[in-house]
This record gives sequence, C-alpha cells and structure tokens, in this order.
Amino acid sequence: MSQTTAPTRRRARQPHQPAATGPRASLLSQVPAMGVMLIATLTFLTPIWWLFVASTKNRSDLVNTNGLWFADWNLSSNVSALLEYRDGVYLQWLLNSAAYTIGGALIGTLLAAMCGYALAKYQFRGREVLFNVVLGGVLVPLTTLALPLFLMFSLVNLTNTFWSVFLPSLVSPFGVYLSRIFAAASVPDEVLEAARLDGSNEVRTFFTVSIRLMFPALVTISLFQFVAIWNNFFLPLIMLRDEAIMPVTLGLYNWNSQISQIPELRGYVLTGALLSVIPLILMFSLLQRFWKNGLGAGAIK
Amino acid sequence: MRPTRAVSAALLTVFAAASVVACSSDDSTTNTPTEAAECAPSGEETVNLSFTSWIPGIEDVVATWNEQNPGIQVEVQTGPNGNSGTYQNFFNQLRAGNAPDLGQIEYDALASFRVQGGLENIGGCDVVQDAQGKFIDWTWDQVSFGEEGAAYAVPQDTGPMALFYRADLFEEAGIAVPTTWDEYAQAAEKIAAEGGKITNFSTADINQFAGFAWQNGASWFSADDAGWDVTITGDETLEVANYWQDLLERDLVATYPAWTDEWNNAYNSSEVWTWVSAVWGANTIQDGAPDTAGQWAVAPMPQWDTAAPAAGNWGGSSIAVFSGTDYPYEAAQFATWLNTSEEALTMLADSANIYPATTEGLTLPVLQEGVEFYGDQVIWDVFAEAANQVPSNFTWGPTMTDTYASISDGFKLVATGTSTVEDALVNGEEATVSTMKSQSIPVKE
Repeated sequence: MSQTTAPTRRRARQPHQPAATGPRASLLSQVPAMGVMLIATLTFLTPIWWLFVASTKNRSDLVNTNGLWFADWNLSSNVSALLEYRDGVYLQWLLNSAAYTIGGALIGTLLAAMCGYALAKYQFRGREVLFNVVLGGVLVPLTTLALPLFLMFSLVNLTNTFWSVFLPSLVSPFGVYLSRIFAAASVPDEVLEAARLDGSNEVRTFFTVSIRLMFPALVTISLFQFVAIWNNFFLPLIMLRDEAIMPVTLGLYNWNSQISQIPELRGYVLTGALLSVIPLILMFSLLQRFWKNGLGAGAIK
Repeated sequence: MRPTRAVSAALLTVFAAASVVACSSDDSTTNTPTEAAECAPSGEETVNLSFTSWIPGIEDVVATWNEQNPGIQVEVQTGPNGNSGTYQNFFNQLRAGNAPDLGQIEYDALASFRVQGGLENIGGCDVVQDAQGKFIDWTWDQVSFGEEGAAYAVPQDTGPMALFYRADLFEEAGIAVPTTWDEYAQAAEKIAAEGGKITNFSTADINQFAGFAWQNGASWFSADDAGWDVTITGDETLEVANYWQDLLERDLVATYPAWTDEWNNAYNSSEVWTWVSAVWGANTIQDGAPDTAGQWAVAPMPQWDTAAPAAGNWGGSSIAVFSGTDYPYEAAQFATWLNTSEEALTMLADSANIYPATTEGLTLPVLQEGVEFYGDQVIWDVFAEAANQVPSNFTWGPTMTDTYASISDGFKLVATGTSTVEDALVNGEEATVSTMKSQSIPVKE
C-alpha cells in the first residue's frame, strides 16, 4: 500500500532541500560518526581476527609469534586433529548445539508468536496482568533461573537429559513482547474480521493469514532465540554431565578447564571456538534482509 | 590436580555461598569422629554406579574396570575442572538428592563437602582399610581429616613441588643452583644483574603460595570438637610471606598473571629463569615455552632447613563417595582399584599426567623414563622424593572458595606495590572467619 506512494512523496520533497548545506552538513557529521563506527568495528573484529589467526598456527607458533599475524598455515591440520580427537566428540557437540538451537528457535518462535498475537488481538480479562508478568520475565536473567530449574528437573528425574536444556529454551518472554508489538502493528483488525466473515476459524486465520503478516517479526524473534540458545552456557553447565548430549559451548569450556593436564587441548579449544561461530555468522548473513525489515517495520509504525 | 583459579572461583562464590547456607544446618561441622558406615555388599547382582570426573581419558580406565567387573558397572559423567563448575554442580546435586555415587574432589575442597555432610565415611570398608598403608602418609591425612579409621575419600594424585630451572642459563652465568631459600634470594640478585628475573610470583593464584607455606610446616586450619581454628597468619606462613615481600620490593621477581600468554612468553623468551612448581608444571612449561626445549632441569625445591628437608604440595585430588549412595561398598571397591592398581595408575599417568598418591605408584615404569624437554632427565625421581617429604599437618578449611578469592584480591594489590603479602593474608583470615560465622560454622576466637 504505502510502497506505491513512497517514491512520489520522496520526489516531491527533494526540491525543497537546500542543496548547498545538505552535503556539507552530512560530511561534518559523518566524519566523527564514521570514526566511532570504525573504532567499534575494530574492537569487535579484533578478537575474531585473533581467533582466526590463532587457529591457523601450530602449538609452538602460538606462543612464539605475533598473535595478530600469521605464521605457518596449519588450519586444515588443526581442524582435522580437532575432528579426530576423542572419536569426533566435537562434531557430536556441534550437532547437539544445532538440535537445541534450531528446535528451540523454531518452536520457541511459534509459541512466542501465538502468545503475543493472542495478547494483541483478543480482549480477555487479565490480559494486561498476563502481559506484565511476561514482560517481567524479560528482566530475569537466565542465569538466576538455572538453579531453580535444576531442582525442578531433579524432581522429575530429567536432569542430564536432552529435555533439561531443550524445554527451558522454548520460552522467550522477549519474543512474546516483540510478537505482541508486531502483531498489533502488522495484523489489521479488518483483515481478521474479513477472515471470520469468510468462515475461517481463529486457528486457521492465525496460521494462514496472521503468521504471514508477522513473518519479518518472526524471523527477528527466531534469530534472537537462535543466538540466545547457541550461546547459552550456564544452563547446560548445571544440567548436563553426559558428554554425548553437551552443546559445543559447554564441551569447549570443559576442555579449556583441562588445559593444564592436556596442553594440546588449547589448540583444539581455539579451532573449535572458531568453527563454532561460523553457524552464527551464516545465520546472520542469510537472514539479514529479513530481520532488518522486521526491526524497521516496528519502528515506522 | 590443576591449581585453583581465583577467577573461576570468584565466579561461583555467589552460588556456593547460597548453597552452603542452605545446607549448613547439618551438624557435622566439627571434627567429631563419626562412625564409619557399615560397609557391606548390597547383594544385588549388578550394581550401577555413576562417577563424575573431569580427567581427560578416564573413560578408557573405567572401561577396563567394567570389563573386569561385570557385577559393578561404572558410568562416567563429565564436567569442567572442579572449581570451574563441577563442585557447584555437586552441591546442587546433593541438595536435589541426586548426587552421583562417586566424584572427583581436590584436597582443598574436601572439607567444604564434609562440612555440608556431603561425603560418605568409607573408612569401615575392608578394601579401604587394606589400602591405607599403600598411600603416602600425608595424603591419607588429607582424606581422613586426622580421624582414626575414617576415610572420606580415596587419594588419587598429588602435586609435590620442586624447582624447575634453566640449566643452560645458570651455567652460562656461573650461578650455582640454589638449594636453600637464602641461596635462592642471592641467586635472584645475580640473575637481576644479568637482566633476568629468577621467577614469577603468582599474584592471581594463591595455591603456589599455599604450597610454600605448606613446605614450611604451616597449617591454615585445624578443627576439633570446639570448632575451627583459622591460622592463615601463623608464624610459618608469615616467614614465607616476608621472604617474598622482600624479593618483590627489591624487584627481583616478575608478577605476570599466571597461565597467560605474557606469562608463557616470559618463560619462553628466557626472561624468567626458574619456577617452583608442582609435578604437573612439567607440562605447563613444555607447552608454554617450546623454544626452551632441552634447557630445563629439575632440582628439589629450596629449603628453609637443610637438616630437615621438606617439600610443598600444590594440587592433587581424591575420589570421594557421596552421601546418599546406596552402594558404599561397591563404590569403595572401585575407588580403591582406580587409585591403587598399577593398571589404572599407568593409564591415568599416560592419558592425563596424573601423578599417583600411592608409594608404589611412584615407581611405575612410565615414571622411570627420561623427558626430552628436560634434557632427558628422569625428573620423576625428584618429585617422588618430594612427595615423601611433604609435611602431614597442613589442613584446608571448609570455605576455601572465599578464602582464595579474598587473599588473591590482596595479592593483586601486592603486584602493584600498594599492599603487602602479609596484609593480604591478614585480610584473607578476617574474611574467612566472617564467612564461616555467616554460615554457622563454629570458629574458635
């Protein structure tokens, strides 16, 4: 709707802009802004660069050579040593992380979307109370919940199982909050009424109409979920004892704490850490288009 | 095993404190001798035990046991190094009532578990009683807390200390390898004149210092029916503190944070010449200073009194049986086998450089081989001698996480010159006493 009108409006506004001051003003404001951005970018990229460089070195070069520049190229032998160590347990960890993360992100997003949608589109008693409780959940760090969760899972004998990490990953208060905002903004009541008039029931309306309108928002939410679960460390640390079901974060942490006994683990931890950020980078670059839109959509409306 | 890291310790202090408070209603806070439990076989055909350890490669050792003992099957669970999370998990599991049957616990953490009633006294088990004589005396004191007939764990490994030094640099500079702490200080001056530092004083990790105090006959804690005595600022410890304070003030030692790249680099670049460290330190240097291969050697650590040679200990762990297990008898069987049989000890020494706590273990064939990095010296001989010279009376306290955190905070100030080693210890003692009181652990004034 607005897409057709936007270009005309932009064209109409252009002649009014004072041509002389425009570029200069933006240049003046651009330089410091770019400077800050550049510093921020360097700050964020340096550790990753270091990690990448370190992963290409053998053990002796790791200590002897400049941390920010390459020595002999050993990346492929490091990777294959990592994958062979202890019968490829690292690959198992990657798969586990993928299972926790993809499952958690998909189901978690769906639950958050349904909940947020209901809060936005239905009038019922206690709606605001419910929403405020969920909003309160945003403020509670996952870390403080880990111990109570452990005790609860102990009661039902589910500690040290896949479920003990997977189930808590499914809920995302922040996702509910975003969903409500997006549902309110992007699903017009008129569309819902039209669907009802056409005889569609509420569930069907949600899955066929509303969820499509909310799609950019859902990508954003699932990305947040994905990152949160991929990086979640404390919950697996408390819950899991069985190496076969650990996510990659916990596995690497365990190795890192054993370096004094098995020094070659240091190299494995470095290479393993490098490989484990690749899925995140991939995820962000693939979904970039969607989540940018998603964030913007909320802001404009 | 691995020295406690103050950082990770501090990280977990909050949670530890919470769980300690929750559990300390238990009455076993003092050294009152508790009856060793009846230790009888459960009578079940197959017993399944769970065992949590963070030793790399221990699965293979346990697989060997499982093959030989179809009636007692052990399942290995793993986790990070004790202070990095596994102890906290043990406390959580004890609270939730689902602790494993057996777990790895370093000596310095045993008292914390015992104070909370987390350990089973397996001293009544025949197999444990028979094994007692096989262990180096002081290790048995660590697991029995000095009680006759008690055993709250079976010793696994030790960290006897010795002097790692750069044989080539000492020779070139014509400096004699120090055998006493006086000579060590004199050597420090000569090395400073050569532009080096004799050693690095660990300011982030106080376990090295604890090892020095241990060598000098100190004990930081003791307990009897009336409660705990905290003696971190005892005379023996203060003598050590003042010695290092003097070297620090004269700028004769480096103060890089241990286990960092800078620290490795200081050794690798020949800036730092010696390290008084535990047996596992042999690996640390080998890994951190690869350029110096073949130039290191090991000698006994410098002595206070050459007439009565003593060595410190840094690290070492035990296998404990947790209270609440249904199978103390079977658990004791396994723990004893794991730590006394030549088969298991050889595998552990091979896969994870575990240095055994039994006297026989010190003569394992794998520990009779020369090490290339140390110029083919059979460095294990030095450590075997040291292991037998470690004084018995050193006792750890029940709130070591807090004690470490508060002393190492002080040690960090020592590195910047704004505080002294003694002040750090005094503050650490005060903090420890107040932590113990806040957890209703009886402390003697």
